Amino acid sequence: MSDAQEGTGAARSGGTAARMKGAVMAMGMLPVLILLAIGFELMTGKFLSVNNLSIVTQQASINVVLAAGMTFVILTGGIDLSVGAVLAASAMAAVSMSLIPDLGLLGIPAGLAVGLVFGLANGCLIAFLGLPPFIVTLGSLTAVRGVARLMGDDTTVFNADLPFEFIGNGTLFGVPWLAIFALITVVVSWFILRRTVLGTWIYAVGGNPEAARLTGIKVSLVLLFVYAMSGLLSGLGGVMSAARLYAANGLQLGQAYELDAIAAVILGGTSFVGGVGSIWGTLIGALIIAVLSNGLILTGVSDIWQFIIKGLVIIAAVALDRYRLKGGART
Amino acid sequence: MTEAQGTPLLEMRGISKTFGPVRALADVSLTVWPGEVHALMGENGAGKSTLMKVLSGAYVADRGGEVRVDGVPVPTGDPKQARARGIAVIYQELSLAPNLSVAENIFLGREPSAGGLVNRARMYDRARPVLRRLGVDFGPETRVAGLSLGERQLVEIARALASDARIIVMDEPTTSLSSRETEKLFEVITALTGQGIAIIYISHRMDEVYRLSDRCSVLRDGSYVGTLDRDELSARKLVAMMVGRDLSSFYKKDHVASEGARNVVLKVEGMSDGRLVKDCSFEVHEGEVLGISGLVGSGRTELARLIYGADPASAGRVWLNGTDVTPRSPRAALDHGIVYLTEDRKSLGLFLDMTIQENISMCVLEKDAGTAGTLNFRAAASRAASAIKNLAIKTPSAKLPVGALSGGNQQKVLLARLLEAKPRVVILDEPTRGVDVGAKSEIYRLIDQLAREGLAVVMISSELPEIVGVADRVLVMREGRIVGEVRAAPGRPVEQEEIMTLSTGAAA
Repeated sequence: MSDAQEGTGAARSGGTAARMKGAVMAMGMLPVLILLAIGFELMTGKFLSVNNLSIVTQQASINVVLAAGMTFVILTGGIDLSVGAVLAASAMAAVSMSLIPDLGLLGIPAGLAVGLVFGLANGCLIAFLGLPPFIVTLGSLTAVRGVARLMGDDTTVFNADLPFEFIGNGTLFGVPWLAIFALITVVVSWFILRRTVLGTWIYAVGGNPEAARLTGIKVSLVLLFVYAMSGLLSGLGGVMSAARLYAANGLQLGQAYELDAIAAVILGGTSFVGGVGSIWGTLIGALIIAVLSNGLILTGVSDIWQFIIKGLVIIAAVALDRYRLKGGART
Repeated sequence: MTEAQGTPLLEMRGISKTFGPVRALADVSLTVWPGEVHALMGENGAGKSTLMKVLSGAYVADRGGEVRVDGVPVPTGDPKQARARGIAVIYQELSLAPNLSVAENIFLGREPSAGGLVNRARMYDRARPVLRRLGVDFGPETRVAGLSLGERQLVEIARALASDARIIVMDEPTTSLSSRETEKLFEVITALTGQGIAIIYISHRMDEVYRLSDRCSVLRDGSYVGTLDRDELSARKLVAMMVGRDLSSFYKKDHVASEGARNVVLKVEGMSDGRLVKDCSFEVHEGEVLGISGLVGSGRTELARLIYGADPASAGRVWLNGTDVTPRSPRAALDHGIVYLTEDRKSLGLFLDMTIQENISMCVLEKDAGTAGTLNFRAAASRAASAIKNLAIKTPSAKLPVGALSGGNQQKVLLARLLEAKPRVVILDEPTRGVDVGAKSEIYRLIDQLAREGLAVVMISSELPEIVGVADRVLVMREGRIVGEVRAAPGRPVEQEEIMTLSTGAAA
């Protein structure tokens, strides 16, 4: 590997290959997404209707928000298994706060704050105590789920009069607010990752943590940030869920959401070991998952088979991607 | 061995290899006789690795090229055929499974088996004579994880022998070996050639090539330059062949080190880490290049890392221009103007997936940043452009991932990053490791220039000619302590023998 890179000649060809690889990766799963959409349209004849597409984007948006946070974390080579549980706790906080007369809008900051606090807690344990992210967030997955149940005395909290229900069900010029929130999240994430010093540090820490430390990058602050970000976005996801359902349930809400978020990130081409990936890929990955769920329902496939097909498609898509990249990298 | 009698063991004729528009090899020929050590030299990017990949079957040669073993053509681009005809390559990155035993590694993929069941006893029995042939002192049951890097290399060689290899390619085999392991490897090489096996030995180290090779072929820019017989070998000739010009002043030393008149910039006092570094103290003056020599494992790198704040010190202080700046972290050291070039640029230095530009500006992103920490692409681009020009980094674009560059150019990128931090003290740990001759001389020139600009330079190096050629004064470390100092006197350079005596403890 080391000196096998022969000189400027190979550097040049390696460069073109790398650039091509970059382009392929940015495109990534877009063809898969388009093929799936066309396939479902041919099978059902109603997939590409405006109405249905609006439903798909709504279904995708919460996962997009969670997966955006997950992208930050996975770019540093970590993982956050607690997002679903944090989402539930945040939703509980948001709905509970919304029941305060006249001050119901406080539910939004309350949900965000709960998410941020849990994210910071994860981040502190990982960044300052050096505990492995998998273990820490596996622990908080369980513990925060318990907290979420505790918050509503293990019942569902309702608010039929939710002051911020427009987030879940309203539209702006015909575009669902959920989708707008998701898109804003993606754009802000892109800006942080690609246009700020912090973003460069995130890639650096993921690509080579020891080199990052020797380069004077404050690795622990970067780690704290990404887990806080993931927590905050889980909080946002909680607010969005609450707004959509007018209710929150500590036990059921957000179950296994972490898996969809991780699947979206990986489908989007972000490397599991960190340092390589993009937020646009994540967006496409999340859309693929949403299209699959929706399309399978439209085609009338049974619930059980939906699970099986979804899982297989995710594996096949990633396998295809790896295969294609390997082929493309060979000069 | 060089007499051209009979059939050569290996003949490569008219080998060319193009990758798209790029010609990596142009009409290269190589003849290897049984029982010879044939050194293959050339700068990084000269085409050595590509040629060896054609030999091993990893690449298909362009039309017209031919590889013959014992006079019989071997189709290129077929690793299985190449292996079956006795060609084995031992790569720098060793490819052993650490959790398996020595014998399991030797027969990996070719386990003696019956009905899908591995016959372990037979495997051990067959491994034993191979290991005996190499004269190693570990058995076939030993787990590879417990072996040193040198021993692992011997396992690789054993694996080649067990598959009846007769042409063994070794690519920079001593890079990560201690001097004792290197000796052992040389003994093995001599023993193997005695059994008629030919070794193709790729190395940047002149002393090894002198010592081992029967003949030495040189490549430059993908072309064959020539082959020297053992009695024709000389450093000057080889260097001239490799770079295509005479490097009369290979080591550049234009700065004057009259330390008496100059200020002490860096003062290290009683530095210890409680394990490998014991009570080290020294001073470096303005415009001085201080060498630190010593065998691998003598604590040189550990000392440098303590001064840079990369590891926690148990005792010791660092003074910069008379102020106590003892850093607790690399960040703190950088803020005081102390920079450190790691000896292991791939795992500790570079961000291989990131661009050259990002790698160069990594330390100063914050300084250049706009409001709210937004990246200043224009500043980064201009820093990268001037670094590429000043350090003669060979690349078509600053936007390439740094992993696509050759070793020498990667090293220059890393050096550029350090210099962007505007340092006052530069600590260089093996600055020319894995770097070709041309880049080496450019790095020496750069070190000299830094000294002339009044920086204090500390250079750690295992290569004696290098440290003698570049440093004004050399500290020698042994077992974690500074055991002596060798300095140049007017008209008399630092003596290599003196350093060697101190580092081995022969005089003590």
